[in-house]
Amino acid sequence: MSDHLEVLKTYKMYIGGNFPRTESGHYYKVFDSEGDLLANACLASRKDVRDAVKTARGAFTGWKARNAYNRGQILYRIGEMLESRRGQFEKELSQVGFSANEAEADVNAAIDRLIYYAGWTDKYQQVFGSVNPVASSHFNFSLLDPTGVVAILAPEQSPLLGLVSVIAPVIAGGNTCVVLASENHPLSSITFAEVLNSSDVPGGVVNILTGKKEDLVEHFSAHMDVNAMLYTDALSGGLTKTIEENAAENIKRIINNPVGDWYAEDAQSPYFITDFQETKTTWHPVGF
Amino acid sequence: MSETTETTYKPTSPNSKLDFASVWEYDPAPESTANVKVKERYELFIDGKFVKPSKGRYFPSTNPATKEVITEFAEATQNDIDQAVKAARKAFKNEWSSLSGKTRGKYLYRIARMLQERAREFAILESMDGGKPIRESRDVDIPLVAAHFFYYAGWADKLEYAFPGKTPEPIGVCGQIIPWNFPLLMLAWKIAPALACGNTVVLKPAETTSLTALKFAELVQDAGLPSGVVNIVTGAGQTGAEIVNHKDIDKIAFTGSTGVGKLIQKSIAGTGKKFTLELGGKGAMIIFEDAPVDQAVEGIINAIFFNQGHVCCAGSRLLVQEGIVDQVIRKLQDRMEMLIVGDPLDKNTDVGAINSEAQFETVNKYLQIGLDEGADVYQSKCEIPENGYFIRPTLLTNVAQSNRVVQEEIFGPVLTVQTFRTADEAITKANNTQYGLAGGVWTDKGSKIFKVGAGLRSGVVWANTYNKFDPTSPFGGYKESGVGREGGLHGLAAYVNLR
Repeated sequence: MSDHLEVLKTYKMYIGGNFPRTESGHYYKVFDSEGDLLANACLASRKDVRDAVKTARGAFTGWKARNAYNRGQILYRIGEMLESRRGQFEKELSQVGFSANEAEADVNAAIDRLIYYAGWTDKYQQVFGSVNPVASSHFNFSLLDPTGVVAILAPEQSPLLGLVSVIAPVIAGGNTCVVLASENHPLSSITFAEVLNSSDVPGGVVNILTGKKEDLVEHFSAHMDVNAMLYTDALSGGLTKTIEENAAENIKRIINNPVGDWYAEDAQSPYFITDFQETKTTWHPVGF
Repeated sequence: MSETTETTYKPTSPNSKLDFASVWEYDPAPESTANVKVKERYELFIDGKFVKPSKGRYFPSTNPATKEVITEFAEATQNDIDQAVKAARKAFKNEWSSLSGKTRGKYLYRIARMLQERAREFAILESMDGGKPIRESRDVDIPLVAAHFFYYAGWADKLEYAFPGKTPEPIGVCGQIIPWNFPLLMLAWKIAPALACGNTVVLKPAETTSLTALKFAELVQDAGLPSGVVNIVTGAGQTGAEIVNHKDIDKIAFTGSTGVGKLIQKSIAGTGKKFTLELGGKGAMIIFEDAPVDQAVEGIINAIFFNQGHVCCAGSRLLVQEGIVDQVIRKLQDRMEMLIVGDPLDKNTDVGAINSEAQFETVNKYLQIGLDEGADVYQSKCEIPENGYFIRPTLLTNVAQSNRVVQEEIFGPVLTVQTFRTADEAITKANNTQYGLAGGVWTDKGSKIFKVGAGLRSGVVWANTYNKFDPTSPFGGYKESGVGREGGLHGLAAYVNLR
């Protein structure tokens, strides 16, 4: 028995490439599968949501201007970093009830998912864009262009694979995002933020908050500078209605992709990228 | 030798202003309405038949150029909408959704052909009911209507190629609500793709411009389309609300103002209904110092005065690079003086009547707001008819980005002019409204077009052109200009569920 006393990690949030504590000053307790205290997580406030949206907006223009090859390499780099720190994730997953095999499979699948979307960055435009044969003397083409700042409610029961599966297609397409982590299992998301932070992902492209879904959904869906919102878990009827009503204030795109099994074939798709793309059509005359 | 040639008038040259008006007078050249029949009253079109409205109420439709009542339309109320939805559901279940794509397509081709055959009649009616110049309804609206049906007819048996890796299925019954600025064209944008994908529809035209939709219903009967596949119900906002809130409608497609679009999105919250919205805009045109100025001025005139500026994607804001601002404004003013404002049925008319009294008041309200905000107002000096709703082509200069006339959609022949120094400033100003429907770039430098175009947050970018439309070309907005696309391959997504 070593006399080393374990140094416990303080789990903070991830905003603008930094790890600030919540501005609220409040916390909530996170427990392992045995019911023992794992950590004190930040209890994000409405102000934290606003700060995160602001930094995501600031990062948007630069991120969408990155070329597709570069975005692909950065997604691949996230996969590399995740691979190199897999032990940490396997430990955190086992704390919340994953068996060793399950934890290993979860990390494997999360890495593969990043590689999958890394490969799509320079292809979805070719598959889903178009050149349009207009009847007049014009050259006309349609490209996909990212929708903007996306609010994401991460899946509650899949703290790593589910988290990666919702973030990757959004940023692969050039959007920036503010993610609300799994409420009961938020620790993997903050550890994943450390991976992002060492993967050439510009600060502000992904922002991760921890806190109470019931409290924060209202602010995510009502924020006038959020362009779209993604959720995958079934929400109570009342909460769905609230989100959709709030969304009408600025014509937010609300995407509900009800993925049950994150290992399933249809848990990854280029359509999860195009969900957060606008079609932009450009005309130019043809002539001498 | 005639008197005219003895005058001292010199022919125009590239360096002097064109001055047709003081030399030649245009004789009236009205399109004949002799062969066009308008009934005294139009009923609702439900389940393949024209039926009286259940509450027996009718409302008049006025020609905005003369203020004369042309005809009257039935007001559809809850019970009528219910009947229309039932008919659409029955037609969806029993026939249309199980018909082969090939046969659906052939019905649409048949409709396209019949539209071409009756094109002139539709054009005249569109101009009578809505006030748009016959030149536009004849050469733009109606040809595009037929082209739209022709385009989507061909998709009906090829849908599996449109969605790689997915299987498209029809959604069901679609409720469609369309505006008054392009009445029959908006009908085509809604009905053609919906039917091609195997859906059935309940469509409500705008209350001021329902005539061509009911004429279209007659055409649908003549084409032998199965009963209930297309239902046309007339009425105002309350009728629209009955459609939006009907429990057995699977999808709402709306084109109109952002304000109403938000109400619709809110009222279907939590119902699981799908929706696409094509809403307002405040399109900015950026003209650089290296632009071909004369060509640009022609394009800008078309961008804002086409269809009296009743165009959601109208180029209603002009951003001019500082070095050419005086030149551009002068040329614009000269060109505005040549526009003929008047009888929509006259073939020489460039700018027709404002669509309705309500819109006439809205545009005038904004002109007053512009004055109150300190704008300088320039209006062309043309004569306008005494009767009817007409507004002279208008420029507002000396305006600021925060002014209401710069931020809000006026939906009339009113162009605001601002200046910029750098491309980044122009892009920032262009994007600085709640809207994101369309934008324009004028420059002779290709690389600049792509860079500026990429920076514009709008669904359409017209480079060295403006206000061009085509059935193959997707159209729709970013931000508060709407969600979803109409037209082209991308427009199919609005009318399918993907499995």
